[in-house]
Amino acid sequence: MDMHATKKKLGIKEKYAHMTRGLDWETSYQPMEKVFPQATFEGIKIHDWDKWEDPFRLTMDSYWKYQAEKERKLYAVLDAFAQNNGHLGLTDARYLNAIKLFLTGISPLEYVAHRGFAAAGRNFPGVGPRVACLMQSVDEMRHAQTQIHALSNYNKHYDGFHDFKHMLERVWYLSVPKSFFDDAFSAGPFEWMIAIGFSFEYVLTNLLFVPFMSGAAYNGDMATVTFGFSAQSDEARHMTLGLECIKFMLEQDPDNLPIVQKWIDKWAWRGVRVLTLVAMMMDYMLPKRVMSWKEAWEIYFEQNGGALFADLARYGITMPECLKQCSIDKEHIGHQAWATFYQYGGAAAFHTWMPSDDEMDWLSSKYPNTFDKYYRARFTHWRNEAEKGNRFYTNTLPMLCQVCQIPMLFTEPDDPTTICYRESEYDGEKYHTCSDGCKHIFDDEPQKYIQAWLPVHQIYQGNCFPEGTDPTVEGFDPLAKVLEYYHFDMGNDNLDFEGSRDQANFAAWRGMATKNT
Amino acid sequence: MAVQALKDYDFPPADSQDKFHGGQLLYVGWDDHLMFCAPFAYCLPPGTLFSDVCERILPNSFAYHPDWAKVDFKTATWLKSGKPWRPEMNKTLAEQGLRHKDVLRLKTPGLMGIAGSGS
Repeated sequence: MDMHATKKKLGIKEKYAHMTRGLDWETSYQPMEKVFPQATFEGIKIHDWDKWEDPFRLTMDSYWKYQAEKERKLYAVLDAFAQNNGHLGLTDARYLNAIKLFLTGISPLEYVAHRGFAAAGRNFPGVGPRVACLMQSVDEMRHAQTQIHALSNYNKHYDGFHDFKHMLERVWYLSVPKSFFDDAFSAGPFEWMIAIGFSFEYVLTNLLFVPFMSGAAYNGDMATVTFGFSAQSDEARHMTLGLECIKFMLEQDPDNLPIVQKWIDKWAWRGVRVLTLVAMMMDYMLPKRVMSWKEAWEIYFEQNGGALFADLARYGITMPECLKQCSIDKEHIGHQAWATFYQYGGAAAFHTWMPSDDEMDWLSSKYPNTFDKYYRARFTHWRNEAEKGNRFYTNTLPMLCQVCQIPMLFTEPDDPTTICYRESEYDGEKYHTCSDGCKHIFDDEPQKYIQAWLPVHQIYQGNCFPEGTDPTVEGFDPLAKVLEYYHFDMGNDNLDFEGSRDQANFAAWRGMATKNT
Repeated sequence: MAVQALKDYDFPPADSQDKFHGGQLLYVGWDDHLMFCAPFAYCLPPGTLFSDVCERILPNSFAYHPDWAKVDFKTATWLKSGKPWRPEMNKTLAEQGLRHKDVLRLKTPGLMGIAGSGS
């Protein structure tokens, strides 16, 4: 008897059809609108979810296979790096502070992105975006994990790496990235996709991820470079998802255009403000510089981003008005942010320092219009004072922007010597913002931002001391108690790099590795 | 416009004055002295005399700057919410109408920061 062997494998097309579109069904016990209650309240109109084009056509079984292969390679490199004391190959221990900022400020956001995409996937009635969001959700979880694993090696040797999760929910400057993601996650699924999927992953990711990974490569941090590579192919998929999502929304109904434009305007500005931390990292924290923030902005935003918005013009989308200001701000924000962390260096979980003469010359050459005119005198003064034993630490809390939560350090677009003050009034109460961009966001949804957990105000309300603290006792030191609440190891995690334990240990260990005495 | 939400969206502000244990917030910036990266935030009893702010509270924050010793409050001028404002030294914050979260800018003509750079 002849046996007809059935074809064992499905073709890619069939597999995709069965394993994504074929997984969908119409509910019958409950009406669809009750199963997907978040699909309509934001005002976005979708008529046909089947019009969603998945540019990758990736199915879950292939996904696991690819990712497992990448994990094996990554962990082999991490093991080798750890076993060979890879940390002693860094350019300089000052570099460690850039990755402390990454671990405390960025890695926890990967985890929030995991949760956000899981929620978006749950809430979209269309099966195409649902599967794509599911994969991105798993990716983001993987990124959080691999980053934590890669950087945990440094925690064995250096300060400031020990409690990133606790810090994220409390520390003043970490409220900047945290509130950015909280803002997106507390919106509906469509706004989330514009906020994170499009504005963050597509428009700004090259200004966040790439600078850290290139910085790692330039400064001998093979562990970080490797998790960067491992994440890169995922990032390409995320960018495409963000772009597909925006095109899909715009093609489905003309009424979606003004809503989408409003979200792009808002999230481009929110993202740019968060990138202030990257600007200072590039200009000040890498012992071996990759490029200046100004150059990065010109390449990745002015050139690449310009092309993107030219492409979106056929849908009626225009470049956010607020981004024009960035071509002025690119000359200043790195210097302004570093000056801020330098003076609040007592309350940061990484070390700060003043640039050397060589580094100041590099800054002058990269910022010929601004560095010598506005910043060199300030930094030289601080360095001279530090050498005299009078290192500058501000002792008073700063005023914060109600929206981005960054101290009000930004200057007027037409006057870099004057702080930019903006003010709104809502329900009889005053609110302050750092820019026209943040004021515009506040004025559009004041009910949302009046609830902001502003670290400075929370300290003054007495909410940032360890449990059982009595602020009325004689000689109460609020700053010491706040640092205790943050889980900072006073004198080791914070203060100047010069004289730090990291500096001493790195020098001693590298000496043992390279010399005989 | 109103927040787009699934349910009624009405929450109290996080920083109303009643949460500051009898204090009120006052922000003070010093123009042309960006060595202090941002205006400072203070939480003060409404009964604080303005002279106390100038003689006791601000020096604690600003005295590190070499220009501070040259500040003369008789010639200094002020902005409140960006508009000219004249304090009365012997009156309290409340008596001269300073509200919770008011923002003041101190202007000290002739003092332009480190090497005249506005720092």
